[in-house]
Amino acid sequence: MASLRSTSRLFAAASRPLFRPAAFARSYATVEATQTVEPSPSENPNMKTFKVYRWNPDTPTEKPTMQSYQLDLNKTGPMMLDALIRIKNELDPTLTFRRSCREGICGSCAMNIDGVNTLACLCRIPTQANSESRIYPLPHTYVVKDLVPDLTLFYKQYKSIKPYLQRDTPTEDGLEYRQSPEDRKKLDGLYECILCACCSTSCPSYWWNSEEYLGPAILLQSYRWLADSRDERTAERKAALDNSMSVYRCHTILNCTRTCPKGLNPGRAIAETKKMLAA
Amino acid sequence: MARLSGLQREVLSLYRQCLREIRKKPTVRITLPRWETSWAEFQKHLSVNKKDFGAVEYLLRKGHRQLEMYASPGIRNIR
Repeated sequence: MASLRSTSRLFAAASRPLFRPAAFARSYATVEATQTVEPSPSENPNMKTFKVYRWNPDTPTEKPTMQSYQLDLNKTGPMMLDALIRIKNELDPTLTFRRSCREGICGSCAMNIDGVNTLACLCRIPTQANSESRIYPLPHTYVVKDLVPDLTLFYKQYKSIKPYLQRDTPTEDGLEYRQSPEDRKKLDGLYECILCACCSTSCPSYWWNSEEYLGPAILLQSYRWLADSRDERTAERKAALDNSMSVYRCHTILNCTRTCPKGLNPGRAIAETKKMLAA
Repeated sequence: MARLSGLQREVLSLYRQCLREIRKKPTVRITLPRWETSWAEFQKHLSVNKKDFGAVEYLLRKGHRQLEMYASPGIRNIR
């Protein structure tokens, strides 16, 4: 067994330089791979201050604070999430935030960066080093810890609109439910929503009426099912929305459209919903 | 006894809800006196100032969340 292991190690050592020169070995995912090739970046460090909202649920009597971290931008990746991950790896392992895909598909890293709700993984670090960046959790949400908001109500509301295909009649040939290209086109700009809650938490109307008003993200999803040509419960869905709170708390403030990190337009979807309800 | 503030009454009502929920769980009642399970959790935070609204409200929310979870019929006992 021992001999087997040593030979395999020898083999691995011999084959490594073929594929990957040692100079390109990375210590962190966020560190530039070309570090050793160029002159060392620490010669002229580009330091930037990040102020991060901190609050620990284990000591509820302590008030939330802003904690400052200094990072050298030359050694950090381009996005805010890279900076946060680097802070967690190197400066302060107690910093808490949600992240998963680092490419704007999962919607986990939604937070308020420099006053705008956005995904940390899609937000570039402003390059002016003298300015500081402020990072808060999503506004008007209960905080679980540091940058992690409690989205229970958001998901409950999502569940309440029944976000799935409701249909009783099968197709003639028993295969999939087909759609014409025109009908499919109606879903463009709706199905891309990743439910990051950036728009809902930026909406003043949702801040004051979050218990009853559904909020832009959920209304966009709701319209996605209203617009679907394959869904057969359109009347039922419309009836569920037809009250003074669910939809009509939208006063076309359009913060949702301005803040959406995916470039969608919940304001338009709500307007279409209102048109459908009025017709 | 002094008149209680709204927040204090909410805390008491949460405690009574806890007692009511424990009554539905026979296995918890056998292993512990009925009041002890939730009393320990309330006892932990007795030092919180009654004027510290943020902290009390956070603890209330946490309590409600835990109660909601433990009250679900699938859960028989807490260890």
